[in-house]
Amino acid sequence: MAAKPGFPEILAFGPTGYGDELLWGAAMSISIALLAYSLGLIIGIIGALCKLDGSPLTRGIMEGYTTLVRAVPELILILILYYAGTATLNQLLESAGYETVAINGFVAAVLVLGFVQGAYSTEVLRAAIQAIPVGQMEAAKAYGMSPWLIFRRITLPSMLPYAIPGLANLWLIVTKDTALIAVVGYTELALATRQAAGNTKMYFTFFMVAGLIYLIITLISQKGFAILEKRVRRGQRKLA
Amino acid sequence: MQNADTTVDGDRIVAVQVTDLHKKFGELEVLKGVSLTAREGSVVSMIGASGSGKSTFLRCINFLEMPTQGQIEVTGEKVALDRHKDGDLHPADRKQLERIRTRLGMVFQSFNLWQHMTVLQNVIEAPVHVLGLPRAEAIERAEKLLHKVGLFDKRDQYPAFLSGGQQQRAAIARALCMEPKVMLFDEPTSALDPELVGEVLKVIRDLADEGRTMILVTHEMKFARSVSSHVIYLYKGVIEEEGPPSQVFGSPKSDRCRQFVSSAHA
Ligand SMILES: Nc1ncnc2c1ncn2[C@@H]1O[C@H](COP(=O)(O)OP(=O)(O)OP(=O)(O)O)[C@@H](O)[C@H]1O
Ligand SMILES: [Mg+2]
Repeated sequence: MAAKPGFPEILAFGPTGYGDELLWGAAMSISIALLAYSLGLIIGIIGALCKLDGSPLTRGIMEGYTTLVRAVPELILILILYYAGTATLNQLLESAGYETVAINGFVAAVLVLGFVQGAYSTEVLRAAIQAIPVGQMEAAKAYGMSPWLIFRRITLPSMLPYAIPGLANLWLIVTKDTALIAVVGYTELALATRQAAGNTKMYFTFFMVAGLIYLIITLISQKGFAILEKRVRRGQRKLA
Repeated sequence: MQNADTTVDGDRIVAVQVTDLHKKFGELEVLKGVSLTAREGSVVSMIGASGSGKSTFLRCINFLEMPTQGQIEVTGEKVALDRHKDGDLHPADRKQLERIRTRLGMVFQSFNLWQHMTVLQNVIEAPVHVLGLPRAEAIERAEKLLHKVGLFDKRDQYPAFLSGGQQQRAAIARALCMEPKVMLFDEPTSALDPELVGEVLKVIRDLADEGRTMILVTHEMKFARSVSSHVIYLYKGVIEEEGPPSQVFGSPKSDRCRQFVSSAHA
């Protein structure tokens, strides 16, 4: 048996180190975050539009949804949605005469986090749309633009300066919320770290490395959003 | 229901015909039966005290505001209306509404240029995306218009970086690029610093001289007097006086109108 590997070697790729496991975990975390974020944005756009000019019914549903998600701790929501969601789905399948399925942890993570993100995105986007001066949409109407064209060409780009800071926060939150998925046993960065740390008893090393990876993700994201924000604000004058 | 007798008077076609327009905001009746006929090539100005309903009237013509009662006809086409739960009349056919709106070039008091687009992008936006004009053709048309309003060198600027007068001239170019049948101006100079009013009025006067049909809401009495073919004085949602500018400004029948135009230094 070889000697117990020390600090840098323990992060090597391949059978002796945990570098590849951590990197794989990070890739999973980022993938889950990206997909959940996108799902959240889609839900958010629909939710914002429902809240702004939906019928009383759709507005009520959206109100209930955002209140629920904002009221209940995410960890509990994840447990509820994951276990209850799986159980309900399987019950439905069974009663319809199909075989039960094991829910893929990755898909469940994306759906659950997307559901949570959707509620927050709804609020960010609703506020951003409401911040657009009404004259912008009125001018579009006055020139014969259709509602869809107005949404695509005027509302969407005009709200971005107001939405980007909030959306940037949501992205940073979802990258870290992926760690909550560890509770349902899916191996993303946090769980990969815990396993590596448990196996080697090098807790400090591994959690520091994981923290560093989250930090790098955050720094790159911040830079990206800063560039994006500058771009969508190019029509705005800076405060003198 | 286009009919030569109702739309042609002499050889001048009626471009906009508003009949008995009423508008209520809740219990408040802001317009109480206002009618207007704008023939092709004419300039109809609307004057009146603040709150008399001028902007509301103009905004009803292109349905930015929904009238409570009345009828609107643009270039001989009557807008089909349905009564909604809110008590107002709404256009029954969205396609017709959008088609009618392309014939009405609206210029707003506060310009309302799209802030995320450059001047040129603002001007070509609706021609390209609503009329389906090829982009190159739209740019050519837009650049000509920007020359005309003296903004060619500002075409790649964003609106926030222009003066109020420049923004309003850009907004006029944007409206013109749709080649509308009628221009609608809602107090185009009242958001401007006094020294910038002139440059915008000059552009509007040039349009009048070209024979463009225009409906103009304004507080600029001198300008209204010199540029209009017909003037309407609105008082609390009712037409108190109307006629050629010489009458409305020179020898009004209504005392209120006389008082209004004299206090406004026409
Ligand atoms: N959306 C609205 N809801 C309720 N009341 C309104 C609304 N828009 C206008 N009004 C009211 O209608 C009346 C007429 O307003 P309008 O803007 O048409 O006047 P105006 O003649 O254009 O005045 P100004 O010269 O100040 O622009 C005012 O009493 C105004 O408060
Ligand atoms: Mg007004």
